[in-house]
Amino acid sequence: MKIRVLSVVAASLLVAACSSGPQEGADTSGAGKASAGSSVTAPAPGSPEHFLANAKDRVFFALDRSDLDESSVKSLMGQAAWLKSYPNTKITVEGHADERGTREYNLALGERRANAVKNFLQAQGVAAARITTVSYGKERPAVMGSNEYAWSQNRRAVTVVQK
Amino acid sequence: MSVLVNALTRGRGRIALFAAAVLALLAQPARAELRIDITRGNVDPIPIAIPAFGGDDDRAAKVGADLAGVVQADLERSGLFRGIDSRAFIQTFPSMQVQPRFPDWQAINAQALVQGRTATTPDGKVRVEFRLWDVFATQQLKAQAYVTEANNWRRIAHIIADQIYERLTGETGYFDTRIVYIAESGPQTKRVKRLAIMDQDGANHRFLTDGADLVLTPRFSPSTQEITYMSYYNGVPRVYLYNIDTGKRERLGDFPGMTFAPRFSPDGNRVIMSMARGGSSDIYSMDLRTLERRRLTDTPAIDTSPSYSPDSQYIVFNSDRGGSQQLYVMNADGSGVRRISHGQGTYATPVWSPRGDYIAFTKMAQGRFFIGVMKPDGSGERLLADGFLVEGPTWAPNGRVLMYFRQNPSDSRGLGGDSYLYSIDLTGYNERRVVTPTEASDPAWSPLIP
Repeated sequence: MKIRVLSVVAASLLVAACSSGPQEGADTSGAGKASAGSSVTAPAPGSPEHFLANAKDRVFFALDRSDLDESSVKSLMGQAAWLKSYPNTKITVEGHADERGTREYNLALGERRANAVKNFLQAQGVAAARITTVSYGKERPAVMGSNEYAWSQNRRAVTVVQK
Repeated sequence: MSVLVNALTRGRGRIALFAAAVLALLAQPARAELRIDITRGNVDPIPIAIPAFGGDDDRAAKVGADLAGVVQADLERSGLFRGIDSRAFIQTFPSMQVQPRFPDWQAINAQALVQGRTATTPDGKVRVEFRLWDVFATQQLKAQAYVTEANNWRRIAHIIADQIYERLTGETGYFDTRIVYIAESGPQTKRVKRLAIMDQDGANHRFLTDGADLVLTPRFSPSTQEITYMSYYNGVPRVYLYNIDTGKRERLGDFPGMTFAPRFSPDGNRVIMSMARGGSSDIYSMDLRTLERRRLTDTPAIDTSPSYSPDSQYIVFNSDRGGSQQLYVMNADGSGVRRISHGQGTYATPVWSPRGDYIAFTKMAQGRFFIGVMKPDGSGERLLADGFLVEGPTWAPNGRVLMYFRQNPSDSRGLGGDSYLYSIDLTGYNERRVVTPTEASDPAWSPLIP
């Protein structure tokens, strides 16, 4: 099983290496010929990619809860620090729920989670005008599957820096 | 000879309804007439014979045969009827003037017999006539004739099925109706959802949106020409109105927060919905003529999934104000809130029956989902269906049948997780899949087409 997975990864790298032009987002450790302006270089400060490289973009929630635990607070402190360094950036906080709830209630729950993150960032000094919230309820899971792990990853709020 | 009773011009075509000439009835023996008690549940379906409706020309004969098939399929799906195989039929009907030879139908144990005929009118329309016979009482129960555009014959079939259902059960039929729902495709993480509409039997299916925007929870207007639903058009989740005839889409109101969970009032003049803002969701009612909106709940809790009682006096809704999701009823002005659900587990998506006697809901308990009904005071809870995920009941207009969706669990590669529509009788029997071209969720049953 493990071998099969590895061979798929290897194949996809091979495809990436063979196709021409810069490979954005590809694992470039051995890609070789970095052409001018290639994304192999570090992301531009203040860019969405730079945010992802310097802060954890998401926090997770317990079942039917919207309160922030210790690790969420830590992640959000990191987000707030980055946001204060780049005061011209704007963010959208996306609130999500797992599939174990009804659609309409989960829309409300996702909004509540996004709002919890917004409130925290605001309290850390990020201006409210920079923060938009949107709820996707159970419509956009990050991890597929009907199991505890997937559900724990899908009960989340994700901070996205607007381009 | 025939008297024009009513000309129906709304809906998808003009249907003229005639009271058929009253036939001289045969001598009526003293025998209880055929009647189905549908409140009992799990009835043995009654055998009914529906020979192909003969036609006066080739086109009419083709329509007549197809039409009889649609009538039979409608009645069989109700679980209350079993169509007898036409190969068993002894008598044929070359015209409507031919009386049934009842012993021939009694011999194959047909309890009811439908005799029909189609003809082409001088102006190219199709005329359909039918008679419903009680085979053992040897008595005519119903006779009616209809005229419509030839391409509209399926509606005639559904109307005839409704007439038969109504005459034999005493309940209004529900076959001349449509379903609006969400057609689904693609992996769970990038699901494509489209608004779609079809006849209650799956015919005349069409997609109303192209899948570019996420759309959810459509509901029919009592006028059936409009749908209210939620769309992420331009990435902003709001409630919309969609006109089925014109295809015109309109954002409903100018709310500062996400609006969702819309539903029409029984008179079609209002939409009630939730607005989420600042971590709290409250219920609003909006007048569609004046666009005036009224806030009906004001708590830090989640208040959602509102549904009016058929007399518009009350609203049932879902709230977690008490710490877990439960069902509450309030007066239509927002006063007099009281909790009605008291069983184990949590409750959601309450929908008031068009008859007013029950509230259908989704229940979650012990890691499973259930579709159930309770009386408006919360008593008499009964669970009708269960599964890994069953959700979102909607009522047939006669309040006897429910539709909902059922989603299966998926594995970590995203396999499984398929979602389809199902219908079930209020008694908990006759659960069956509603066939759709793609995976499906969020069904909403139309009223009877006017």
